[in-house]
Amino acid sequence: MNTDLLRILPETILVVAGILVMLIDASLPPRAQRRGLIWVAAPGTMLALWASLIQLRLDPGTAFFGAVETSPFTIFFHVLICGIVLVALLLAYDTLPRDSHHQGEFYALVLFGASGMCLLTGAVELLVVFIALEISSISTYILAGYRKHTGKGPEAAIKYFLLGSFATGFLLYGIALIFGATGSTQIYEVAHKAASAQNHTFIVLALMLMLVGILFKVSAAPFHVWTPDVYEGAPSPVVALLSTAPKAAAFALLLRVLYQMLPDLRSLWMPLLWVIAAASMTIGNLAALRQQNVKRMLAYSSIAHAGYLLAAFAGLADKGIAAAAFYIAAYAAMNVGIFAVVTLISGYDEHLPLVADFRGVLYRSPLLGSLLIFFLISLIGIPFTGGFFGKFYSFSAAVGGGAVVLAIIGLLNSGVAAAYYVRLAVTVAQKPENGMSQAALPVPQIGVAVGAALLFTVGATLWLGIAPEPILRAAENAAHALQ
Amino acid sequence: MNPIPYHWQYLPLLIQIVVAFGLGTSMILGSRFVGRHRNSKTKLAAYECGVEAVGDARGRFSVRYYMVAMLFILFDVEAVFMMPWAVIYRKLPEITGSRFFGFWEMIVYLGFVAVGIFYIVRKGILDWSLDKADL
Repeated sequence: MNTDLLRILPETILVVAGILVMLIDASLPPRAQRRGLIWVAAPGTMLALWASLIQLRLDPGTAFFGAVETSPFTIFFHVLICGIVLVALLLAYDTLPRDSHHQGEFYALVLFGASGMCLLTGAVELLVVFIALEISSISTYILAGYRKHTGKGPEAAIKYFLLGSFATGFLLYGIALIFGATGSTQIYEVAHKAASAQNHTFIVLALMLMLVGILFKVSAAPFHVWTPDVYEGAPSPVVALLSTAPKAAAFALLLRVLYQMLPDLRSLWMPLLWVIAAASMTIGNLAALRQQNVKRMLAYSSIAHAGYLLAAFAGLADKGIAAAAFYIAAYAAMNVGIFAVVTLISGYDEHLPLVADFRGVLYRSPLLGSLLIFFLISLIGIPFTGGFFGKFYSFSAAVGGGAVVLAIIGLLNSGVAAAYYVRLAVTVAQKPENGMSQAALPVPQIGVAVGAALLFTVGATLWLGIAPEPILRAAENAAHALQ
Repeated sequence: MNPIPYHWQYLPLLIQIVVAFGLGTSMILGSRFVGRHRNSKTKLAAYECGVEAVGDARGRFSVRYYMVAMLFILFDVEAVFMMPWAVIYRKLPEITGSRFFGFWEMIVYLGFVAVGIFYIVRKGILDWSLDKADL
């Protein structure tokens, strides 16, 4: 029993920290400031991160009657998710309005959501998978509507909630069919029974339904429509979290379902993901070209990045999983970073939402301007940034798996994507027009917390671009653990 | 050998469906034919809970209805979870391999419920009259 509890230690810490935040929030007088709750939330997340690293000492294995697993794979994603959550918390601390008295709920929901995401990467029992997905989703639905007094906030939350619960319904139906076809919901047992099954009809049907649910969460092409509206309506610190952590968890689930549960159906799901990857890249990039709003543009860019990532799934098992895991880490580092910068420039209330509004940022705030350009360079995929190696590994995995055409589509798409990234970078570097009141605009203040968050994301992006070996080795270990 | 054909096992289910429908229909029809009806406007209005059946779709109503409904569902479901636990409580030491694990599991679980109640009360969700609820 003791090792069982150790195997869910990070999730337990996150839940306890979340409950502490909730209790303190409820105990404070209604109008009191709640910013100090970061001193519970951030250390709690750090402790969970540390607990995940401690789990490396455990032998890989399952706990609670084969419901949860600890392996290099789960630890990789636990550390990634806790890192993202930590940065998002620091970002929120400095950018949420000080008088917002719902900050207690904010920190608690972020922690509860993080526990769900961590559990999702570790669950090897489909019902636990479903519950973990719900924990993470429900928290993010509420967080998306955090700015409830603007028109777009509740719109984003309702859209995300309705479409999201519909998609989760598909996932649950898929799980039910898996149970019907194999008599089990434990992923190892399902894999065992599916390999020897005579009739694959129900398993194929179940896989299709589960894919709908999971691909919705990663905002891949046919299921991507919610992304721009939700990203536009949700506050930017939330989007920094929303666009990375739940996606990382959902990709972990996708890897588990495809490579661990149903590897024998590869001839079936590989062409399917091929099409979805190509469609995500193309639709995301073409739509992003036309966007005037920075957050909407980044939303479409994140759809395209989901496509680049799915290209890695065309690869053979070991290379494909490692490339996907590495890409998620690189994407998370640069995407959280760019949303942090966008939050500071546009402001929490987004008085400067458009690409045109970003004109001359480099002169108003040289630091923020150059950071924005740096993250854009990484998103384009220029060497010495994490984005380059992410794409490099993903496309070479695709080529290794025989999907040369997909890699070519990906490269062409990267060229298209460069157009809108460069457009924003050039706008940022343009001199402010004479007569415009640009100079009168306030220079964004960079607080200590958000400074630490920026330093962390810049460091991670650079590190992944200059010395990717340690992370790549961790990703390869993770890939090895999944087989 | 079971002499009863397989599908006949569903016969009780069918009977139950028939009885349920029959009971409902006979009550409604019975009251319609036997009872006396003097419908007034008040009598036909929506009863206590519930919204007007006909009217503007964009009518406003208090969000508190949903608060209470959600709380009811939450605690209802939480109570349901205790039932299977109580049924197999004596077997738990054998299953879990620890004498008190099953007991502490439920204590932790009730702790979550208690935190929920504390939160609800402190946030004023149950104070309908004072209107200090922070919604």
